[in-house]
Amino acid sequence: MRRAVIAALWLSATAGSSIYLATSLRGGDRTLYLPGDTTSGHHQIEDKCEICHEPGSGLREEACTGCHAEELAAADDSHPPQKFLDPRNAALLHRIDARRCVTCHVEHRPGLTGEMGVTQPADFCRTCHQDIAEERPSHRGLPFSGCQAAGCHNYHDNRALRETFLSERLSEPTLRPRATVPQVDREVRYRGLRKAPLGRGQEDAPPGASSEESIAAWAASSHARAGVNCTDCHGGSPVAAAGDAAARPWTDRPGQEGCRGCHGDEVRDFGRGKHGMREAAGLDPMSPDRARLAMNPAADHRELSCTSCHGAHDFDTRRAAVEACLGCHADRHSLAYIGSPHHERWQLEQSGRFWAGSGVSCATCHMPRVRRVDTDRPGVAVLHNQNDALRPVETMVRPVCLPCHGVELSLAALADRALVDRNFRGKPTARAEAIEMLRRLEAAEEEAR
Amino acid sequence: MTRRSWWAAALLALACAGLAGCNRSEAAPREGELAWARRTADMVQAALAADRAVYAEDILQRLTMVQKIQVVDPESGEARPLEGREDWKSEHGKLPLPAQVLRMGAERVLMSESGLSYVLLSPWPINKQNRARTAEETRGLDRVVGSRKPHYGTEVLDGKTYFVAIYPDVAVSEACVTCHNQHRDSPRRDFKVDDVMGGLVIRFPL
Repeated sequence: MRRAVIAALWLSATAGSSIYLATSLRGGDRTLYLPGDTTSGHHQIEDKCEICHEPGSGLREEACTGCHAEELAAADDSHPPQKFLDPRNAALLHRIDARRCVTCHVEHRPGLTGEMGVTQPADFCRTCHQDIAEERPSHRGLPFSGCQAAGCHNYHDNRALRETFLSERLSEPTLRPRATVPQVDREVRYRGLRKAPLGRGQEDAPPGASSEESIAAWAASSHARAGVNCTDCHGGSPVAAAGDAAARPWTDRPGQEGCRGCHGDEVRDFGRGKHGMREAAGLDPMSPDRARLAMNPAADHRELSCTSCHGAHDFDTRRAAVEACLGCHADRHSLAYIGSPHHERWQLEQSGRFWAGSGVSCATCHMPRVRRVDTDRPGVAVLHNQNDALRPVETMVRPVCLPCHGVELSLAALADRALVDRNFRGKPTARAEAIEMLRRLEAAEEEAR
Repeated sequence: MTRRSWWAAALLALACAGLAGCNRSEAAPREGELAWARRTADMVQAALAADRAVYAEDILQRLTMVQKIQVVDPESGEARPLEGREDWKSEHGKLPLPAQVLRMGAERVLMSESGLSYVLLSPWPINKQNRARTAEETRGLDRVVGSRKPHYGTEVLDGKTYFVAIYPDVAVSEACVTCHNQHRDSPRRDFKVDDVMGGLVIRFPL
């Protein structure tokens, strides 16, 4: 009898756990199957394994390039895979197969993972560049672990670190006179979309679909000034031509589809950053409780979409640039923004005491204004992938820091972690090693001449 | 023949076939195959040399030195001369250098998996990754620099036999010489027009 009970318990436990595991695999909590913690760049989408894995046949190499190829091309990748396809590199590839992303970026290995999700030892440059000191006497005695850590080189993106780039900017001032961030080319980018301005009483929402509050917010917005009516975003226009976005059936919450028609670049870029990558992958939207950075607990269950930062009807870009960020982010760097020199200038600009473009908001640095040429709406636009300028941090120098600061201060400030935590209150404690080395080299060349 | 003998004969045949298969990639190429390879490499070199000259003379030199085109920088609004620069991809209004165009083409050819590869190498490379790496490259570069004539050979890389042709890379214009003589990373700074600066290596499997 006792045996029968044990057998029954064993069978029930086995059946129960099998059902639980099978249910999890077929759409439940798949994190149960993760072989180890996912990196900070991928944990948002870790419950949809098939984004990177082919069911039953392992990792898809094109899963990496599917999301990252465009940004690597834009970064003028210093080590693209095609560089290593030449058979003369065969011996090197036996040591490190640089043709494959996963050689250096192995997922689910938290114990091995360093900055930028790299799972190679910090001195991996040695594999191919072991004789660098012979070529460049300035590098004699330097440890290979410092190539990237010292802020001199990156494996992929060296746009702000190349010698010619730095050399031309050695004499730049710490702060440029009348420093101004680039202004968005709204007139140029939205030419052809603008219609006659609209105001209160001209809204075309169907009866009962709008509220006093939403109409008031819309009437004061840039959308109303540009002639964008309710049905342009929500659909349901009885007069719109077939195929026009406004001709879709009315929906109370149009989501990204309502924005995409005019702001396609912004929606696409949003889906490439940590804020929007879940939704772009077909998962439910990102929320602060899933983040690994410190967040405001009151914001835990907010869902991230266009309207979480821009509002549903007023589309106030000033609020989106600071208050929206600080409503969720509560890490040291974010908390130190209020009262920082950048914030002071932001307040001076908002109050009209300083000129347009003189202020620095959260978005100024994390969603820089970049000149777009790869689009049917070319011109200066706000980059809505807020992670693009952080991969690696030196990427920020050109679009973010240089409009206001010299390259020397920019590199030194970004390399100073404590200064970043204080949101740039004070000065960098060390000089930028790349600049120092270049100055020594140029001085030696001058002496030799 | 006994059953045991049949088994022994079958095993021997299998072993011979296996050995033949293993040695196939390292088998010495026939003279006819080498003659075909030489002709093929010569044709590839002619096409590459022509394309390179067209870019260097009819595009880069024409736009930058003859027409002296100015490009307006969108950030500062200043007009700046159009020029060839190593970091052309991350700068506005710049063009790639002829050697970079050749390398970009080589990378695209590699991605096509046609088997053909080509690269510019030199005993005095600006980028040290472009010095001879294999024994055949070292031997060939020495010869073309000295003789100014093509060098042909074969080599085995990763178990595969390749035909290798190396052609002298001659400084055809003052621009080539000036750039190499002034570049910070150039190990040789006394090049003159018509000097052999290195070699174009063309390689494909036999």
